[in-house]
Amino acid sequence: MNDFLEFVKDPVNGIANWIFGLLTGWGMAPDLAGGLLKLVGAGVMCLFGLMLVIVLIWLERKLYARIQDRLGPNRVGWWGILQTFPDMVKIFTKEYITPKGADIVPYNLAPILAVSGVLAVWAVLPLSSTIYGADLNVGVLYIVGVGAIGSLGIILAGWASNNKYALVGAFRAVSQMVSYEVPMVLALLVPVLLARTMGVNSIVHAQSVWFILVAPLAALMFMLTSQAEVGRAPFDLLEAESEIVAGFQVEYSGLKFGMFFVGEFLHAFTISLLTATLFLGGWRGPWAQEWPILGVFYLFLKAAAVYFLVVLMRIALPRFRIDQMLNFNWKVLTPLALVVLMVTALVEKILFDANITLQSAPLGYVLVHLAINALIFAGYLWLALSNQKQREIPVVGKPRPTAVPPKP
Amino acid sequence: MPGDWLYIGLFLLIVAIFPGVPILIAAFLAPRKPHPLKNQTYECGIETHGDTWVQFKAQYYIFALVFLVFDVELVFLFPWAVAFNQLSLFGVAAGVIFVLILFVELMIAWRKGLLEWV
Repeated sequence: MNDFLEFVKDPVNGIANWIFGLLTGWGMAPDLAGGLLKLVGAGVMCLFGLMLVIVLIWLERKLYARIQDRLGPNRVGWWGILQTFPDMVKIFTKEYITPKGADIVPYNLAPILAVSGVLAVWAVLPLSSTIYGADLNVGVLYIVGVGAIGSLGIILAGWASNNKYALVGAFRAVSQMVSYEVPMVLALLVPVLLARTMGVNSIVHAQSVWFILVAPLAALMFMLTSQAEVGRAPFDLLEAESEIVAGFQVEYSGLKFGMFFVGEFLHAFTISLLTATLFLGGWRGPWAQEWPILGVFYLFLKAAAVYFLVVLMRIALPRFRIDQMLNFNWKVLTPLALVVLMVTALVEKILFDANITLQSAPLGYVLVHLAINALIFAGYLWLALSNQKQREIPVVGKPRPTAVPPKP
Repeated sequence: MPGDWLYIGLFLLIVAIFPGVPILIAAFLAPRKPHPLKNQTYECGIETHGDTWVQFKAQYYIFALVFLVFDVELVFLFPWAVAFNQLSLFGVAAGVIFVLILFVELMIAWRKGLLEWV
């Protein structure tokens, strides 16, 4: 009975230990068995990520429909939950049309890179206190580095398609993803600084108070910039349908096209997971330390809440113009992120020297940081509003005569 | 720690294979009927004119330069943030001044009109 309870608390490691015992019992070298186990673990994690996309597509279509006052998929299965499977069968049997003159190797490599760049982030995500793949001490740097592979896939796709619209989409992707990387990494520096570590699991351990309370501006900026990194509305300039046909993916068909979509949906959920891990306390929650399986539940609950916000942003906001998109990055987010980083570092050091830390005096610590963040935001708003130019709307021509009812 | 890097290596391998396999399977399942008309570049209805890979006016190459400055700087800031507890107040101030110089640089670039979309 006790064994059973232990198993329920942490089924993943329970199964892993059982397989390990079985393999070494058969006379396999422990190193080899451990490596094999890591291979299986990586495979299960990837498969889980890809299977999650099936649910995500249904969820997003349903949310989209509800917000637009429609029903969404509602025929196949309960509430249309199985709708994605017929769609998958359909897309599997679609012909691949390779355009004339396309650069074959990058053309075929691009959809794979678009998915794998996103999926690779999952390697360092701690799902729970004991369920994680690798606890790297440079986890955040790894996330930043691997995240760039996804945009590489998009750039390759646009370049290799031998299509001018795709090329324009690729150029837009370069400008957008490259620009938004700066405030994103600056915002990522804040939790690293607060936790004094780059390991993702250690950052979760350090959050006895969620970092969104200590650094709300950094959390907000991270969410916005990673939304731009995904390249969805309101930042979907790289595939703007009404301007450049479908941007970088014009020439793709069949499952290669589908893979870009899988990558996009997975990326949107991955940034929700990252926001939940770095700012919302990750797997932390009541009894999550003793019952690791609860940690998974908490993490996905928090990620789902962030994902709802991300989808809501996508549905509710119109697309930016490209100059607005770049202005928003370089004139709003980057200076703000730099100021937040500088002030946070100074305040953190002064508090640390005064022996006020998250452990010794959580309330004072959080209040000071919250006040500083509020001050920065208020100062920014004051600067922005006082420097705002009043734009004159030129009057073109005279007002037209309107129909006047005849006097009796 | 080496075990963690082994896991990362295996993960990256699997991550490259997993999206590739369905694409290969679909290549066998899908019909294959190429046609010269079908394989033409899909642009706006008329035939594509000239070479695609031409020299392109990239209005934002200056953004790319600014980005390079920032990205290199960020790599230096990560160790600074990790070693925060061991630093003296002067060490932290040095890092902050480093960021401040970049902030001033950004302001200069803004003032000179480099951040305008032309």
